[in-house]
Amino acid sequence: MSAPPAPTPSARIAPERFRTLFEPRGVLVAGASTHPGKFGFVSLHNILACGYQGKVFATNRDGAEVLGIQTVADIDDLPDGEIDLVFVCTPASANPDVLRACAKKGISAAFIASAGYGEAGAEGLAAQAELVALADELGILLAGPNGQGVVSPPAGLCAQIVGPYPPAGHIGIASQSGNFVSSFENYAQLTGVGVSRAVSAGNAAAVGVPDYLEYYADDPETRVALAYVESVGDGRAFVERLRGVAERKPVVVVKGGATAGGQRAAASHTGALASDDRVFDGAARQAGVSRAATVEEGFEVAATFASQPLPRGNRVVVVTTVGGWGVVSADAIAGTDLELASLPDDLMAAIDAELPPRWSRNNPVDMAGGETRDTVPRIMQLAAAHDQVDAVIFLGMGIQSNQARLMREGPFWPDHGLERIVAFHERQDARYAEAAAEVSDATGKPVLVATELAVTSPGNPGPAAVRAGGRLCYPSANRAVVALDHLWRRSRWLARRGLR
Amino acid sequence: MPTLSEADSKELLATFGVPFPTERVVTTADGAVEAAEAIGFPVVVKLGGEGIAHKTERGLVRLGLGSAGQVRDAAAALLAAATPDDGEVHLLVAPMLRATRELIAGLHADDQFGMTVMLGVGGILAEAVADVSFRLVPITRVDAEEMIDDLALQALLGPFRGEPPVDRAALADVLLHLSEAATAHADVVSADLNPLLVVDGRPVAVDALVEVRP
Repeated sequence: MSAPPAPTPSARIAPERFRTLFEPRGVLVAGASTHPGKFGFVSLHNILACGYQGKVFATNRDGAEVLGIQTVADIDDLPDGEIDLVFVCTPASANPDVLRACAKKGISAAFIASAGYGEAGAEGLAAQAELVALADELGILLAGPNGQGVVSPPAGLCAQIVGPYPPAGHIGIASQSGNFVSSFENYAQLTGVGVSRAVSAGNAAAVGVPDYLEYYADDPETRVALAYVESVGDGRAFVERLRGVAERKPVVVVKGGATAGGQRAAASHTGALASDDRVFDGAARQAGVSRAATVEEGFEVAATFASQPLPRGNRVVVVTTVGGWGVVSADAIAGTDLELASLPDDLMAAIDAELPPRWSRNNPVDMAGGETRDTVPRIMQLAAAHDQVDAVIFLGMGIQSNQARLMREGPFWPDHGLERIVAFHERQDARYAEAAAEVSDATGKPVLVATELAVTSPGNPGPAAVRAGGRLCYPSANRAVVALDHLWRRSRWLARRGLR
Repeated sequence: MPTLSEADSKELLATFGVPFPTERVVTTADGAVEAAEAIGFPVVVKLGGEGIAHKTERGLVRLGLGSAGQVRDAAAALLAAATPDDGEVHLLVAPMLRATRELIAGLHADDQFGMTVMLGVGGILAEAVADVSFRLVPITRVDAEEMIDDLALQALLGPFRGEPPVDRAALADVLLHLSEAATAHADVVSADLNPLLVVDGRPVAVDALVEVRP
């Protein structure tokens, strides 16, 4: 569904113009269909099914009833001033008339799902240019065409031709590919770290990814912008606009086509080394844009920006119940700009008082099974509160609950004292998760919790409690380290430029 | 795209503070000997001119000349190697600098991003190693410092085989000067400082090639 996007427009769109796209008072589906396989049915279904509170209208060629909505054949028959957004599923040839009729009703935002535009040859391009000019003349903000939709959980809005509908949160998504909007939304659903707005730019005829990101910089619901881009058009204008956003909020970018293009024949060695990807990478670093290497990294980094404070420095303490994980995370930290903090004497002494002497007496803090009921929360607190520590990663949550699950599901449940010990283990793991969040809130420092149980056993009370607290439970120590490294690099970027 | 001669390339960039060794441009073998004696042996003698961009490939660079006789012979041979296509030629006499560390820096006008400045690990393996960092021109000092931090082979920048660490401030200056040169000269399309030697910890460009719009 991706098409070559239009060249990056350079003028900024006023933020208030996006209100009717993301917070519409009423929504019209133009071209609603009675066939449950058509976009005109699916989009209406999703708007009605996901809890949108505003009024919903629909047009249908025959004025048929669709999903309990009495459609009209003619937009003119709809009430004036009650609708802000039109979701357009009608054929491209009908759309100029649709937009004119919508404007008369006071509609000021349109999401065009219809195909047959810039992705469809010279004729489509001409139709697209005409539509842009018309929308401009009518004062309609034109999203798409050829896009999968717009999602705005704070408004209960799921105007989208595919699933899922992500939970509400603070990640603002904009993508040149509709599929990646869904991918990010799927991760939001899995992890519970939710979305403020999500939009697929489609052909980006009038509104491109940088426009949405600039709006997110102003949007109070959005804490971090997350974008998937393939083509950047005028690269310099593109990164300059992203820099403007990055100065205010974190911007995470996943760039497709990273290895394509590349070295053109060049007379100079510098030119020979100037692959598209290296130049983009340098421009992104310069602009304070957090570039993620993969889709999952993009989401996890955005989720971390949305749910953890920025570290003031790069000194990390790893707290673990098992030695091997500590070793692996120390290796991961060595490959980043983070540093494994050397434990200050007073912190060492404080931990000594909490643990039997067999603990690692080094960072990573391997508790070596010496922990009792309150040890983990206390050590997280001691480490995070120390002024020579900037962040904490905790590994080893959920192990006891994993055993508890075997007991729950085994033949001996609930006898032989199983019920009691299972309750204890499950309470402990939930408590570790809650303590990590409390310590982070109290100290203003990131405290990340990682365990593969987040994906292998998401019902485990440990990961479940992290999710319930609105933070990300990282599927591995390495991924927590990568996310934290992005936070540190942004923190440093801001500080070096006097922006923090 | 036309290229400036090495001497003109250096002159253009030196105006902005890019560090080059003291060199002399002469036109005769006698002039080369005189220049070498003033600079001190050993020296390098190169054949230069508007039409000569890739001297090494054509064998127009003579390194490590330790006496007046060697300089005279090399200079005569180089002048004899000039072809009519080379146009007006000259000899460039420069001190023979010894360095174990080679960097590369330059400018490149990118189709999408416009003028960029680059720093990388140099030497004959530069393109294979491809340990480089780019930024868009103009850059700030912080940008320049971050480019240095970007290089993966940080061990090359620390104390190295008995040599002091690279003077990072001086290296950042080189990048800033390149950026300034590009800003001031809109007709520059590319520039190479290759190699950018690290001599006693300080960066010195011993070759330069600037490409300009016709």
